[in-house]
Parts: sequence; structure tokens; C-alpha cells
Amino acid sequence: MTSSTLTAPVPQVAGRARDAEPGRRRRRRHDRWMAVAFAAPLLAYLVLFYAVPLIQNLSMSVHGYDRNTFVNGGAPFVGLDVYRDVIGQDRFLRVLRQTAIFTLASIAVQYVVGLALAVFFQRSFRLSAVLRGLFLVPWLLPVIVSGTTWQWMMNADTGVLNAALGLVGVDPVWWLSADNALMSVIIANVWLGIPFNLVILYSGLQNISPDLSEAAALDGANAWQRFWRITMPLLRPVSLITLLLGLVYTLKVVDIIWIMTLGTGTSQTLATWSYGMAFGKGTSAVIQYSEASAVGSILIVIALAFGLLYIAAQRRQED
Amino acid sequence: MTRTWWKTGIGLVLIAIMLFPIYWMVNVSLTRRDSIRRGDLVPLDFTLEHYGVVLSEQGSFLATSLLVGLGTVVVTLAVAAPAGYALAKLALPGRRTLSFLLIVAQMVPAVVMALGFYSLYSRYGLLDTIPGLIVADSTIAVPFAVMLLAAFMTGIPKELIQAAELDGASTWRTFRSVILPVSRNSAVTVALFAFLWAWSDFVFASTLNRGGGDLRPITMGIYNYIGAQNQEYGPMMATAVVASVPTAILLIVAQRYVAAGVTAGAVKD
Repeated sequence: MTSSTLTAPVPQVAGRARDAEPGRRRRRRHDRWMAVAFAAPLLAYLVLFYAVPLIQNLSMSVHGYDRNTFVNGGAPFVGLDVYRDVIGQDRFLRVLRQTAIFTLASIAVQYVVGLALAVFFQRSFRLSAVLRGLFLVPWLLPVIVSGTTWQWMMNADTGVLNAALGLVGVDPVWWLSADNALMSVIIANVWLGIPFNLVILYSGLQNISPDLSEAAALDGANAWQRFWRITMPLLRPVSLITLLLGLVYTLKVVDIIWIMTLGTGTSQTLATWSYGMAFGKGTSAVIQYSEASAVGSILIVIALAFGLLYIAAQRRQED
Repeated sequence: MTRTWWKTGIGLVLIAIMLFPIYWMVNVSLTRRDSIRRGDLVPLDFTLEHYGVVLSEQGSFLATSLLVGLGTVVVTLAVAAPAGYALAKLALPGRRTLSFLLIVAQMVPAVVMALGFYSLYSRYGLLDTIPGLIVADSTIAVPFAVMLLAAFMTGIPKELIQAAELDGASTWRTFRSVILPVSRNSAVTVALFAFLWAWSDFVFASTLNRGGGDLRPITMGIYNYIGAQNQEYGPMMATAVVASVPTAILLIVAQRYVAAGVTAGAVKD
């Protein structure tokens, strides 16, 4: 490849000198083919490893797969029956509500804490760069590591959280019980998401010119007024993008929930429900690939709806 | 500067709260089995025995993770670097559509991809194989990698490319000898993230590589401990500490690359 293409453009350069117009057109066509050739691996990759699995997922959701037909083939086409069945279940609305609570509570708290930290770090101080770097740790750590650690800290009998609560005279909390599971996975997920919010919002704050704020200070505005009347409005595009991106990422979270609670009780979301039906630990007798794919497809539609909002918001910011 | 000492103090307190779970993990991993449940704030009953268990039981998982991580880096860069160049500097038709598709691709839930891959892999015998896992893991990184590299390459001065072409270099030669060396820092960022994401991946490993025995990555080594009859927290936390080593290296060696990667996806300066 290297040696054969190495000499290719040389006659073209000569050709352009002799006869400019056709040479330039040929040159442009050559450039276009070159561009396609350079993008070809990516295009093939997107078709093979994105489009095909997604189509496969869609196909599974309109066929009646079970363990047998999954292995041996011959699953009958059932149209939208699986979707009807999934949506008709009592738990569908409950899972939908839990997904909404998990997502909205996570991104709201992450955003508020991330913003507070970003403001705290806005002006540099001794060690500020090092400390800001350390705040990235939860985000970079494998989720299985943080998930198992949180699970251990939230152990009802021997966990350190209940020990700390005991010191201040609060009764132990059954963190991972069915009722409290949603709150517990939200706490862990907030912890995971704070670094991302901090970094994005910090860089957003850095891009705001301090002039306006300083002018307002000269006019007698206090720090609180300057933050709400000047910084926040200027930060609005970045905030919107941070929240929408957080929303899309949080909707599809499986790992932290599954690792902490296996999606039991109130911590079941659309993503863990789908995951559990196909890959649940120890429940292989009732594998439901078609149902899992149907829930997955519903999840995609919701994620893409907010994803398009995000893209629109970002386009508007760039213009 | 003396005026800001209180801020450093508050910052230290905040980081102590934030990193407490990590301290706790290290603490448990260094405490003898019988004393773990006592929950001492420091490992009073100190031992390294859990790490001995990790070395003897988790070695093959660690090797697999290393292999999968490196494979993912290679696949990601091989696909993304030429495509980034095509998007940034060559007259690629449908450029806007492709960028749009790359953003959308990043929003597809991993569980849906896993379901599709699982069904395809079981048909073509790719379940529980390392190449299969590498391909699946690379889907986490490729869209991000193309966009990051394209964003950087757009900023490469046109004169640099024209100079190479005047010297008679082909497009491929220009790419290899001019574009790639100039883009080294972005490529390092991409490689670091591709490795870290593959190393940390749980969803693909736990679906496509469930029955892989020793050929499973380290995340599965930890997952094995979960839900076991008698959950062994000592070895589990020691494995978790070892699994965190790439993160630590990344932070110490390559913090500026990391910060560049986080912001690249969401905010443009």
C-alpha cells in the first residue's frame, strides 16, 4: 500500500502544469476518492459493529425467542406482541418511574455539587490543580471497583456508613433493601458523576471573561448577586449541555446498579431490567431475549430523543 | 497567597470526603480476614495475605485485561486515525452526516449493543473469545476517538500539508509522515481512554465473555466474588485495588491528557 501510493500524485502535478482545468477536476475527484478511502475502515466498522448489532436487537424484539430458538433458530415472527406484553406488565410503569427518578435525581445532585466545586476551584489557590486532578478519581475508576466498595460500605451490619450513623445516634439504615435500593444507587451514582460535571463546568467557567463580574463588583454587586445575575446566565449553554449529556449517560447505566443490587427492589431501571432478563445471574431458566430486546429498543428511543435535544443545544452554542 | 490557605484547607477536607470510599477499599484490603467486620479506621490487624490471593488467583484475569485493553487501543486507533484525517482535511462527502452519526452512536445504551453482539457472537462462535471482546469494547471508544482526532487535525495548518504535497508526497505518505506525528498528543489521549474503558468494561465482559474461564478480564474476577455464598471482602477489595492501578498511573503520568479528553466531547472552546 505504502509503496504503490507513494508515487501516485507525481504525474498529476506534472499534468496540472500542462493543462490546468481538466487536471484540477481530476485532482478533485482523486481527493474525494482518497477521502472515502481514508474513511472506509470507519464506515465498514459502523455498519458491521453498530448497525448490524442494532438491527439484530430490533429483529429479536419482533420474534419470539426463547432459549431453544435462540440456539437452534426458527423463532416465529410475532410483530409487536413482545412490546405489547412488556408495556402491559404491571411493573413497566413502576420501572419507568424509577428510571426517571434515578436519572433526574442523579443529574440534579451531580450538577449542583459539580457546580459548587467548579466555583470553589475557579480561582486557583495552593494545591488547587492537584486537588482538582484527584477529584477525577471516581470517574476514572472501574465501576466494578467503586460499586463493590459502595456495596461494602452500605452493608447493613458491618458497613462503615451505619457505623458512622451510629456514632451520631442515628439508627442503622438497611441501605440495600428493596425500599432503599433506589436511594442507595443514586448516592453511588452521584459520586461517580460529580467529576464529569466538575470538569465540564470548570472549563465553562474558565471561558467566561471576568470583566463583567469585575464591573458589577465596582457597581457594588456582592458575590451572591454576581453569581446569580452574571455567571449563571453566561454559563447557561454549558449547563444545558452538561445536563443533557448527563441525562443520556445516566439513562443507560447498568453497571453501578447491577453490581450493588442486581437491580432488585426499587433500583430496577429500564437498562437493568433489559440486562437482567437476558443475562441475569442465576436466573438462566427464564431467559427472555425478546423481552430484553424490546425494553432495550424502548430505552434507545428515549435516549435518542434526549440525545437529539443535546445535539440541537450544542449546534446552537457553536453558531 | 496567604489569604488562600483556608481554601486549601477546605479543598483537602472535600477531597478526603470524596476519596473516602477508595481509602476504605485499601483499608479493607490490608486487614486480616477476622478483623474486617470490626471496621477499624486504619488496618490495625495488618496483613498482605489478600494480595497473595490476588496474585495466585487473578493473574490470568489481569493478563487477559491487559491483552484486551491493548487490542482495543490498536483497533480504535487503526479505525479512527485515518477517518479523523478524512473528516478534518480531506473532501469527504457527507461529512456532517457522519459527524452526526458518531454523536448518536455514543448514545446507544451498552446493554442494547450487548444484546445484539451476544446473539451474533453465539451464531458465529465468537462468544468467550478475546477478539470478540476487543471488537465490542472498541465500540465504546471509536466514535469518541474519531471526533477527538478530527477536532485536533482540523487545527493543523494547511501549509504543512501543502508543503508535503509539493515535495511529491502522496495522501497516505502525508498522513503517515506529517499528520500522525503532529497529532501524537491526541492519539495518546485516545489510546489512554480506549485502554481505560476496555479495562473497566463490565457490560460486555459480563455478557459476551461470561463462560470464558481464565480468558475473562479482571472485572469478571471481581464480579465472581459478588453474590458468592460467603462473600470474601478481603481478596475482593485487594483485587479492586490492583484493578485500579491503570487509573492511578493515568492520573499520575497523564493528567493533562485526561482533562483534554473529558472536555473534548462536550465543550468546544
